[in-house]
Amino acid sequence: MDIVILVSSSLCLFIGSFLCVSGGIGILRFPDFYTRMHAVGVTDTLGAGMILIGLMILSPDFLVFTKLMIVLLLTLLIGPTTSHVLAKAAFHNGLKPALNNKPLKQSKTKEPTH
Amino acid sequence: MLIATTLAIFVAMILAIIRGITGPTLYDRILAVNMFCTKTVLLISLLGFVMGRPEFLDIAIVYALISFISVIGVLRYSDTNQFKHTSAHDELPKKEP
Repeated sequence: MDIVILVSSSLCLFIGSFLCVSGGIGILRFPDFYTRMHAVGVTDTLGAGMILIGLMILSPDFLVFTKLMIVLLLTLLIGPTTSHVLAKAAFHNGLKPALNNKPLKQSKTKEPTH
Repeated sequence: MLIATTLAIFVAMILAIIRGITGPTLYDRILAVNMFCTKTVLLISLLGFVMGRPEFLDIAIVYALISFISVIGVLRYSDTNQFKHTSAHDELPKKEP
């Protein structure tokens, strides 16, 4: 029974740490603000959730379990709200997404083929 | 495994700091600060378990609330250039024409 708890919590912690590191790489490598927001959303919800679930399995008594549950619920509430507000503020202030057909628009002004 | 997860969180925090320093726009910096705050909450929880003191979770709860309020405040300031309580989108259609 003890080794089941250890293995399952280690698996959850490993998945969470992998997602956090991949989100950290994604925030450096993605080309645009909105795609970077996708990487941060992954780390905010799934990475944090997995790490907190892994800590919940390890928790010694009920009070620690309840506090971890409060942190998990706060994280699940705060992350999507912040992402929504950030995307709305950026879009209202005129930050355009980097589209794939930007050189095609520049060539359209020179020679109108389409 | 707890210490390895702590090191992974440290790596993610360092990458978020690099994006926050070299971010092209304001919103990239706010995004990096938000990610840094979430990772700090996780780091405080993990350090409580590593050092055998789970009382650190209270600090993690308070830090999550403070980071949420700070991000919302900075975004409101960047949207309206003031900390008033009027919503920005009532005034946008008057400005446009």
